[in-house]
Amino acid sequence: MTSTTPPIASERSDGKLHGKAASSAIRQAFSSTIATATIVVIAIVWTIPTLGLFVNSFRSGEDAATTGWWQFFVHPSFSLGNYKEVLTANGGFTMPLVNSLAITIPATIIPIFIASLAAYSLAWMRFRGSDAIFFGIFALQVVPLQMALVPLQQYYVHGLHFFGVTVLPSPGINGTLAQIWLSHTMFSLPLAIFLLHNFIAQIPTPLIEAARVDGAAHLRIFRSIVLPLSMPAIVSFGIFQFLWVWNDLLVAKTFGSSDPAQQPVTARMQSLVGSYGAHLDLLAPAGFLTIIIPIIVFLALQRYFVKGLLAGSVKG
Amino acid sequence: MRPLMASSVVGDAASTLFGVIVAVAGFVAILGVVFFIAGRVTGRFQRPVAIVIALGPALFLLLLGLIIPALTTINNSLKNQQFLGQPNTKYIGLENYKYALTDPYTLQTILRSFVWLIVVPSITVIIGLAAALLLDRVKHNNLLKTLIFLPTAISFVGASVIWKYVYSYVAPSQTQTGLLSEVVMKLGWSNPPNWITSVPVNTFLLMIIMIWIQVGFAMVVLGAALQSIPDEIIESARLDGANGFSLFRTVQIPMIRNTVIVVLTTVMITTLKVFDIVFTMTNGNFNTDVLARQMYADMFVTSQVSRGSALAVILFIVVLPMMYFNIRQLRRERTER
Repeated sequence: MTSTTPPIASERSDGKLHGKAASSAIRQAFSSTIATATIVVIAIVWTIPTLGLFVNSFRSGEDAATTGWWQFFVHPSFSLGNYKEVLTANGGFTMPLVNSLAITIPATIIPIFIASLAAYSLAWMRFRGSDAIFFGIFALQVVPLQMALVPLQQYYVHGLHFFGVTVLPSPGINGTLAQIWLSHTMFSLPLAIFLLHNFIAQIPTPLIEAARVDGAAHLRIFRSIVLPLSMPAIVSFGIFQFLWVWNDLLVAKTFGSSDPAQQPVTARMQSLVGSYGAHLDLLAPAGFLTIIIPIIVFLALQRYFVKGLLAGSVKG
Repeated sequence: MRPLMASSVVGDAASTLFGVIVAVAGFVAILGVVFFIAGRVTGRFQRPVAIVIALGPALFLLLLGLIIPALTTINNSLKNQQFLGQPNTKYIGLENYKYALTDPYTLQTILRSFVWLIVVPSITVIIGLAAALLLDRVKHNNLLKTLIFLPTAISFVGASVIWKYVYSYVAPSQTQTGLLSEVVMKLGWSNPPNWITSVPVNTFLLMIIMIWIQVGFAMVVLGAALQSIPDEIIESARLDGANGFSLFRTVQIPMIRNTVIVVLTTVMITTLKVFDIVFTMTNGNFNTDVLARQMYADMFVTSQVSRGSALAVILFIVVLPMMYFNIRQLRRERTER
């Protein structure tokens, strides 16, 4: 294993270490060997559960049901039959995968536009109360999703009424995907506006001023300067939002259809786990299909993802 | 031979995806039209129009999707509503809260949620911090970092399936399919229990899934905070003889205290609100129920809308001080800038 060189151990001209410096160097080298070993163990422990699912997804249903997945390494057995079954059978995972994409793509794109516009206005169109609005929006993260579910459900069906007066009619999207897009958009706005605001507020003032002097209006500045410059933040938030929406179960359960052909993968998966005994052979391949797309997105865009994670949580 | 995929599925898939393209295109088109019209506005209306266009949609959606629903839920929690759309509901004061705090099952649920709230964030931060500190001392750590961070991308439902294969139970006389049973039997325990039905161990086993998912997040954020400590501070502490553990304790930990608090709060809020793990693994059975799961069942399964609403408000009240703490932190950082 590699060990980090002690950076400050004082060396004599003969290149050998003596006395206190030597013992400190030894301790340092020793402890970084332990550090390496420990972190390798943690990484392995963290990976084993997923490895188990991965291995089991390629074993026949009978093998997976009767022996542990680690037996694969003793008696390798390999079959793609599960995947074929899971993808093609009635009530299988093809439509849920398509539905998940159909939910996730608009529910990622729409809030990004709305949030980046709002973030720009709060950062660069300062007006009386804009600071209060900013903190108010940030504070809305405190509202648990669960608090909004029943009233929102009722709004989608009946519209919004106050004391018998119809304030807003029902949008007429009950039972459609649009209902899920809209819900995800609403729920993601507080964090989206906060994270994008942090980034957009740091665009150098001279850049915006110069455009203003040239006579560009706000919305033009937004479109031609802010939006292109904010791409890193927008992409990182987009990855976030993609993962969250893809992985969501609560909104899908509440606003989605109970028809398996219209459910996203998480809801489909959850009902499959619920009927554990009945579909045991499909559990592993279905589980793997559920996690593979977010993992691909995550691995491909990890660099941005980490940046986005840090934008809001560590002061820069 | 059966065709690989029924043509109806292909048709359904195509029409679903086409609908998505139309929706996104429509949204972008509306945006374009609004921008175009706003671009024509000049003079003293230009600024107000721009503000309304930029901020209006967000505020409207927040009002409709979060503020009004939250107020409605508080209102609902004071009524005796049982199912959605029930006519003739009455205000019954704080009865639902009284029920939540006296009904033995619900009270247990609330207390169990508190255990989650304390155990999951603290262990997540401890492991995440340890991993961040260890990674700091290891060269070529990208693969290790990715492996630990990877569960962050996995849904709670996906994670529950993954952990089914760790916790699954068969009689000790048979070939084991669950990793945990296999491991403890190899260690000499001849008769391991059915993990997921064993109270109170099962609650902690479910917490492990949550911790497994969140450690990567804690590690990355805390790691970045550690990196942002100026090198000179570390160097001078080293010259003063601080090394290894004493360096963490006296220099690194105090320097990243704020970030630790932020991570702790974030994980707490996620933990409290998440219901997927318990929902998928046990559906609240075997004494594992938590606030978020029971609330969902009250609202959508067992027709106790008002009782569920009261639980939602209790959740809100628990999260509130943590959020206040976070906002204060944020304000301080903003003024420091």
